[in-house]
Amino acid sequence: MKFGEVAAGDELPPADITVTRADLIRYAGASGDFNVIHWNDRVATSVGLPGVIAHGMYTMALGGRYVSDWAGGAGAVVEYGVRFTNLVPVPDDDSGATVTFSGKVTKTDEAASTVTVTLTALAGGQKVLGKAIAVVRLP
Amino acid sequence: MGVNPEIVGKTYTGAPVYEVGREKIREFAEAVRSADPVHTDPEAARAQGYADVIAPPTFAIVVAQRCEGLVMADPDAGIDYSRLVHGEQRFTHHRPIVAGDRLTSVAHVDDARVMAGNGRVVTRVEITDAAGEPVTTAVSMVLIRAEDEK
Repeated sequence: MKFGEVAAGDELPPADITVTRADLIRYAGASGDFNVIHWNDRVATSVGLPGVIAHGMYTMALGGRYVSDWAGGAGAVVEYGVRFTNLVPVPDDDSGATVTFSGKVTKTDEAASTVTVTLTALAGGQKVLGKAIAVVRLP
Repeated sequence: MGVNPEIVGKTYTGAPVYEVGREKIREFAEAVRSADPVHTDPEAARAQGYADVIAPPTFAIVVAQRCEGLVMADPDAGIDYSRLVHGEQRFTHHRPIVAGDRLTSVAHVDDARVMAGNGRVVTRVEITDAAGEPVTTAVSMVLIRAEDEK
């Protein structure tokens, strides 16, 4: 993606990303976040959760990957922020949960050669990220 | 009580230097299912102008959370870690994190307050490289849920 090819209002092609228990275990190991609610139903339900939930940071990371894949490189992301608004329960089956990402270019800054993308992440019909905004620098 | 508001303005410098390794970046990139070769192939990374493989944009959380842990564990903060919920996260990358980086983190408590029994803490971790140059600013907001009424 080149800066000149992008205009405010452009939409990113939506993408469905599945999240299984195996993904959560792998992310726990890679990130060092071993909070039990991300792998143990017994503990998750005992603290009032519907069951094992995805790490908010995992959902955020998938959104970051969605934007950087569109931008054409992970190094392009200069700012990225989200609010965690809803849980992503991940059932103990082979299909797991599906998070649907979409995005829209909301601003372009010619001086900085940056583009602002506002992301939407839906799981189970609910927005799981709020104020999800990434700023990417394009050549 | 949620959190002690008096920790606003405190800084925490005790996190050990984080040495960024190629295999750790590969492991994290695979976990977030990024196929971008810039995370795994040093030649691909160099072709894009980086000294070595670079980390995905949210990798900085691995570095930042070790430093934030010092805030959460500070007896002065009075935080019950088991009641903590991640509310918001933001990264400002001054440059990507690169394999071979030796990263120093300092956590600053920018806000700490109690609202309706719930604690709300904003920490800002400034991550710098061995030359002292800024790499990433990671801002987190966490909530500490009030005790259940029963």
